[in-house]
Amino acid sequence: MSSNKQQSVRTALGKVRGLGSAKEGAGHFITQRVSAIALLFLVPWFLISLLAAVRGGYDGAVDFIANPINAVLILLSVGVALYHMRIGMQVVIEDYIAKTGTKLFLLILNTFVCVGLFAAAAFSILEIAT
Amino acid sequence: MSSWTDKRPMSPHTSIWKWHITMASSILHRVTGVGNYIGIFIVVAWLFVTTTGQENYDQFSAVTGSIPGMVILFGFTLSICYHLLNGIRHLVMDAGMALNPKTGSFTATLALLAAIVLAVVIFIGAGLIPGLDPLHFQGATP
Repeated sequence: MSSNKQQSVRTALGKVRGLGSAKEGAGHFITQRVSAIALLFLVPWFLISLLAAVRGGYDGAVDFIANPINAVLILLSVGVALYHMRIGMQVVIEDYIAKTGTKLFLLILNTFVCVGLFAAAAFSILEIAT
Repeated sequence: MSSWTDKRPMSPHTSIWKWHITMASSILHRVTGVGNYIGIFIVVAWLFVTTTGQENYDQFSAVTGSIPGMVILFGFTLSICYHLLNGIRHLVMDAGMALNPKTGSFTATLALLAAIVLAVVIFIGAGLIPGLDPLHFQGATP
């Protein structure tokens, strides 16, 4: 910036408290990116393996999931993806929903949906692989 | 209207910005993120349906293999490809690289075009386009 008397964007109260409006955020920022790095490897593997597996119909799908290495990697792919999308959707909700009640409702719903999907996925994988 | 007295900068409103590829890229990243959120329901449904036996599995395959099913699956594939490639772009930018406007516009365009090419390649490679099966996978055709 060309101006040398840079005006702070923080309020006096904010400076005293030493916290941003959300009181947290660095942890969220980091976990979003760490899970992204994991997905960089997991998603291409899952996508290619899945498309190859479904070519074999029902038997192909069962064989694919029943393999122990595949089972662990599917569990990781779906688990990390659900984690990444839960914290991603959290930001979307926080950005667009200003009403506290609706916001809280959607944030809780978001968590329930992601945990529920994880439970269903984990059950299915373990049911087939064990 | 003029009751806003806070001197601090306001959050940007989309309506005042000139349209630009980096802006479209940012919006698309969020849209495809939500798209992937919806899409994973299909993946979990596929896993679950596999536990319930051949009959349900075949019914599920019939739905995903229909024309509307394939259109949705292609949309999901495209959504994953874009979010993945643009995600790499975001990680690079988070590391403080490729931040100047020209590079930003270039990588934004690149991610978008590459995502479309990748999604088409995946669809053709997987033999999902009827009559096109360049890789000749073993096993029964769906």
